[in-house]
Amino acid sequence: MARFEFYGSQGLPGLDPGELKGKLIVVEGTDGVGRSTHVNLLKQWLENTGHAVLDTGMTRSALAGRDLKEAKEGHTLGWITMSLFYATDLADRLENEMIPALRAGFIVVTDRYIFSAMARAIVRGADPEWIRGVYEFALKPDIIIYLRANIDDVITRVIQNKGFNYWESGMDLHLGEDMYDSFVEYQTRMLKQFDRMADIYGFQVVNASASIEQVFESVREKIEPLMSSASYASETTSSTM
Amino acid sequence: MVESSPVLMKTYGHHNLPGRLFIVEGIDGSGKSTQLQLVQRWLEAEGYVTFLSEWNSSPLVRDVTKRGKRKRMLTPTTFSLIHATDFADRTEHHIVPPLKAGALVLADRYVYTAFARDVARGVDPKWVRDLYRFAVKPTLAFYFRVSIDVAMKRILGGRDAIKYYEAGMDLKLSDDIEEGFRVFQGRIIEQYEKMVDAFGLVVIDANSSIEEQQVQMRRMVIHALAGAKKTRLRRWLDLNSMVRKGFQD
Repeated sequence: MARFEFYGSQGLPGLDPGELKGKLIVVEGTDGVGRSTHVNLLKQWLENTGHAVLDTGMTRSALAGRDLKEAKEGHTLGWITMSLFYATDLADRLENEMIPALRAGFIVVTDRYIFSAMARAIVRGADPEWIRGVYEFALKPDIIIYLRANIDDVITRVIQNKGFNYWESGMDLHLGEDMYDSFVEYQTRMLKQFDRMADIYGFQVVNASASIEQVFESVREKIEPLMSSASYASETTSSTM
Repeated sequence: MVESSPVLMKTYGHHNLPGRLFIVEGIDGSGKSTQLQLVQRWLEAEGYVTFLSEWNSSPLVRDVTKRGKRKRMLTPTTFSLIHATDFADRTEHHIVPPLKAGALVLADRYVYTAFARDVARGVDPKWVRDLYRFAVKPTLAFYFRVSIDVAMKRILGGRDAIKYYEAGMDLKLSDDIEEGFRVFQGRIIEQYEKMVDAFGLVVIDANSSIEEQQVQMRRMVIHALAGAKKTRLRRWLDLNSMVRKGFQD
């Protein structure tokens, strides 16, 4: 049963996605919606219920992660370069971490996937068709959890947490007089892209403006049906049939 | 639906920049770099502003590529993507701005290198061509056609050993690096030959003498120079004064 598919017709050379057993869970959303908190909660919950979990996220590849972060320290990184750098980072993580884990039956949870990278490219002027083409090598996830907060909540959280930074404010795009104006404009555009992709790619939308407990409850409700086929409980039921 | 794009993505052939872009292609040992350097000398002596951009030279990206190659971490897909990333940085910093300024940009290897190598590694031809859609279309693209025997003689005679990825050792075509090189570079030549017509590459017989090849190149380049910008001072005058100053010191 070939459960996994690539977004494009070719995918990764030399890989048969049919041999992958685990599940791929994507957590997406703009900056400041609490993605990393919920990835951690999700990991704990999944491990508690007996699943082996690999968690990963953008710019964590062995090949390109460090240099990509370093490149973002300076302000000379152009958007085409950044887009392809992210794609390199993901391809390395897919081939060397995520796919081996999926092959071994792990649940892979990734903090951001191709969607953040595509949104960032598109708001910077990329032809959507081009950036979609770049990511044809990516595996289609089992589920995409979209943590959605409105722009006012995002602003409040970012100020409370760490303040505005250069890239999260889209300063390279020169959108406003100061970092605040730029942040609002940039994140509004990002939100628009995410909402658009939510329809195209079938995101599972979770209202991230609620309390952490409530948000996680909604996340768990979305994930549970996916896990039932792989859990201890269902295995005992199916073996009695 | 209209995308909220601050700048529209310019794709291959849509740039219309005032400068000129001359690029050379061919397998290792085809002599293309020598020929490009001679063209650059000549153009500078003629008073043109030139800028040379080499494959895999982006300061932001080249360390990743080097480490990936040294530690043999690269797969066909990441090999392809990291080279595209490097090329993107050079396009954004070293190719488009000088072309906007009206300079003559010379590139040692261009998108065709990626098309040939990556496809020889099993990457989908359409995917890799689409990846590079942001590239500027060259004014002239020279392809140095050479036999594998001649290329190998030049490489083995000159530089150190053949490199792991140049011999396609990652594809496990052969245990012997020279045999691997022969097979893999043969595949690359096949890909180049397919592109000659599709992309209008100018074929230079790289088995002929250096002088003959250079004459052929200059003849083509000169036709593409009408209206190109010159510097006020000829570069060789600057060089002369620098040399003289050096003698005096």
